[in-house]
Amino acid sequence: MRTLREIKKIYENKEANVKEVVESYLEKIKEWEPYINAFLHIPYEDIEKQIKELESKSPNLPLYGIPIAIKDNILTKNIKTTCASKILENFIPPYDATVVKRLKENGAIIIGKTNLDEFAMGSSCENSAFGPTKNPWDIERVPGGSSGGSAACVSAGEAPISLGSDTGGSIRLPASFTGVIGLKPTYGLVSRFGLVAFASSLDQIGPFGRTVEDIAITLQIIAGHDPMDSTSSPYEIPNYLEGLGKSVKNWRVGIPKELWYKGVSEEVLKTLENSFGVFKEMGVTIEEISLPSLEYALPVYYIISTSEASSNLARYDGVKYGYRDFTAEDLISMYKQTRGKGFGSEVKRRIILGTYALSAGYYDAYYLKATKVRRLIRIEFEEAFKKVDIIASPTSPVLPFKLGERISDPLQMYLTDIMTIPVNLAGIPAISMPAGFYNNLPVGIQFMSSFFTEDKLLQFAYAYQQFVDFSKKYPTLPNKERV
Amino acid sequence: MYKPVIGLEVHAQLSTKTKLFCSCSTEHENLPPNTNVCPICMGFPGVLPVVNKKAVEYAIKAGLALNCEISNYSKFDRKNYFYPDLPKGYQISQYDLPLCRNGYIDLYVDGEIKRVRIKRIHLEEDAGKLLHIGSGDRLSESDYSLVDFNRAGIPLIEIVTEPDINSPKEARLFLQELRLILRYLGISSGDMEKGSLRCDANISIQTEEGKFGTRTEIKNVNSFFSLEKALEYEIERQIEILKRGEEVIQETRHWDEKNQKTVSLRSKEEAEDYRYFPEPDLPPLMVTEEMKNKLKSEIPELPAKRRERYLALELSPVDVEILVSDKDLSDFFDKALRIYGNAKNLHSWLSVEILSYLNENKLEFKDLDIDSERFVKLIEMVDKNEITRPVAKEVLRRYLTKKEDPLVIIEREGLRVVSDTSYLQDIIKNVISNNSKAVEDWKKGKKQVINFLVGQVMKETRGRASLDVVKNLLEEELNKL
Repeated sequence: MRTLREIKKIYENKEANVKEVVESYLEKIKEWEPYINAFLHIPYEDIEKQIKELESKSPNLPLYGIPIAIKDNILTKNIKTTCASKILENFIPPYDATVVKRLKENGAIIIGKTNLDEFAMGSSCENSAFGPTKNPWDIERVPGGSSGGSAACVSAGEAPISLGSDTGGSIRLPASFTGVIGLKPTYGLVSRFGLVAFASSLDQIGPFGRTVEDIAITLQIIAGHDPMDSTSSPYEIPNYLEGLGKSVKNWRVGIPKELWYKGVSEEVLKTLENSFGVFKEMGVTIEEISLPSLEYALPVYYIISTSEASSNLARYDGVKYGYRDFTAEDLISMYKQTRGKGFGSEVKRRIILGTYALSAGYYDAYYLKATKVRRLIRIEFEEAFKKVDIIASPTSPVLPFKLGERISDPLQMYLTDIMTIPVNLAGIPAISMPAGFYNNLPVGIQFMSSFFTEDKLLQFAYAYQQFVDFSKKYPTLPNKERV
Repeated sequence: MYKPVIGLEVHAQLSTKTKLFCSCSTEHENLPPNTNVCPICMGFPGVLPVVNKKAVEYAIKAGLALNCEISNYSKFDRKNYFYPDLPKGYQISQYDLPLCRNGYIDLYVDGEIKRVRIKRIHLEEDAGKLLHIGSGDRLSESDYSLVDFNRAGIPLIEIVTEPDINSPKEARLFLQELRLILRYLGISSGDMEKGSLRCDANISIQTEEGKFGTRTEIKNVNSFFSLEKALEYEIERQIEILKRGEEVIQETRHWDEKNQKTVSLRSKEEAEDYRYFPEPDLPPLMVTEEMKNKLKSEIPELPAKRRERYLALELSPVDVEILVSDKDLSDFFDKALRIYGNAKNLHSWLSVEILSYLNENKLEFKDLDIDSERFVKLIEMVDKNEITRPVAKEVLRRYLTKKEDPLVIIEREGLRVVSDTSYLQDIIKNVISNNSKAVEDWKKGKKQVINFLVGQVMKETRGRASLDVVKNLLEEELNKL
């Protein structure tokens, strides 16, 4: 249970070798997994191979010997990647995602694939075909989703860092629910090549960690242009570590009234009150701002994301790979039975929604209109960032809820993402920081900044963490009888 | 009145080195199934397309050559439908903002110019191929089907015409001219039999001016000939329906090559909703003026221009077409013409000597390794009576087959025309004494026997003597007898 800096020191002082460090995490995994189910697979054989390969590499690599957990919708060569779906239950990718390739090249050890809502569709990690992940702070509660496994494993200390993906809040919400840091970078900063697409114009990979420094170190490796992803930014990336520790005095922090009061629970608001005191101590100024189009963010998001998903998930048809229902008698029934049995109900719901929104006669009213409102939201953020450096909001309107509490009411579930969705629609970066606890349940605060200003965002978050630091606060292993 | 109104949708595979969105080769014929594939063109999870710049350039060139406006801003869209040969469940195509728009091709139809307007040209990816095993050759009739993705992802341009075509012949001429232009541009092999050029036809019958009839779409047309046949059949079918006072149903029909007729495939009601939407994985295509100008400068002289130029040289329309229909041949002609002024003579040498050689050996002009300067030199030697035509022919053949320099052969083997009269007279005397029967015949008045004797002399001289000279000398000798 250490930061990257601490692990690095262990190697420098030769207190332990890579194998021993990795084993200490595998030990933690063994302790925690029966309670939280954060991992879908631990590739023990491959881990040994990776450690062996590392022997010939320079110990000066930025992530040398750092164990990292990867969300199971990011492809790992020769390691099963299922998207928590029956339809990809036995899928072994023939290639590494660009982010995975970069992590390996920089010395990281992939120690496991983490649980998620099937195809990253969900806010609680309950929509996994292989059982839900539970919140390490209270295993009767959800860890948030969809990257619930990647958040929970860092929260429980099973891994120092992990990768998730964020389409409408799938990194930030679970980070908030489990008391860790989660960053969604600007759309286009991190290559999506090898990330199983949910909604292509919204998806973005990002890191989980316990300190802003660890987030910055990881981002430095995974960010930057990838010729395999035409939507990845061609610009040179800055040094994300350089600004850490520098003053943010006189920075202006915008508080959008649309995100602070309406629909936010008392518990969350009360816990976040403390942050306003922190802002004062940081020397920043607070300004109330307004982003009126956010009112439409949720419906816009559910039209665009489901439309793209309905198309992105068409390839799972039983023809080339993955699950096929062999009892089918003809082509159409093969499609129907394979997809009917292979996908879970939330995935099917979204495919149907998206198919409907794109249909002839509805396209203009739904999809086209949604893209127009999306543009308005983006413009509103652009305008806001002319006045303020950072925009702050709760990450989630509610505390981590209990398993089963919202799963039967999709609309309630969708509302969980009300704070995070606008960020994806605009394409800007945002980070969720642990801000406090309410009855031993973590509460996160979300900071947003302008396009491709992750350096500024991290500088601000780092300054915040100097006052509000939960990086050493860990959940305790539940009693056995609570399983 | 019953006036056919026809519009064509033509798909041409672009002859780029790699596929449209990945680095797999475009070579897909005669390969074991699913060997020319990668995760990208197989539609694996997590893959993303990266557009092949060459393919975009080729499509723009097609647009420029077909007199289109080139869009400064265009984009890719997804066309969504399920079929086993479509790996992603959608085809990346272009919907409302195609790369090229509003062009035309001028055709010569029975000596008159016919303009067929081009509505649009867009870029898209090809699908894989299905192999149906069992009783039928269609998916629904077979026991099972196999999928080969070697072809999936090969770049295609789709060229859509306005309904400006009014006969099956015009349709064929349009398609032939289009193929010729694509070949001149070097952007597509245009081979219909191999499927690198495919054509769907929309056809309706107009019964009064200004009012269109209900159209049907004909698919599975695999040659110029079947395009004409299918349209003829369909026109007749639709006119019959109208004559009975019934109505044509809007539907897609399949050309059944075996039975030479069109059969219904699906009606309008069964037509799919493709749920087009902008491809989020690809940024818009921006075409700059600079790029357009650069591509424009790379476009060679096109068939129409060439036709005009050759007609001005007073070549006959048939001769012009012989040249224009083969760009390599035509290029060679132009090269030779620069150093040899007599177009007609040059054409006759090419069409008689070269084309017959190509036909006999089933070769194409581009397979030949022939130097225009040597070729012209040879013709000039004949013109100047330095060698005889038979010698030139023989040397040319040897040049084509064995790549021996014709001038070297001529010098080495002494094949120049023999002008030494006493040498010829010696040979003639020999021929006369060795062919007494023929000489007797000649004396009896069978004057045509002289041709035989001339032949004998020519044989002795290995064709090096001028026919006229030999004939004159021979007659002189015979008259002396």
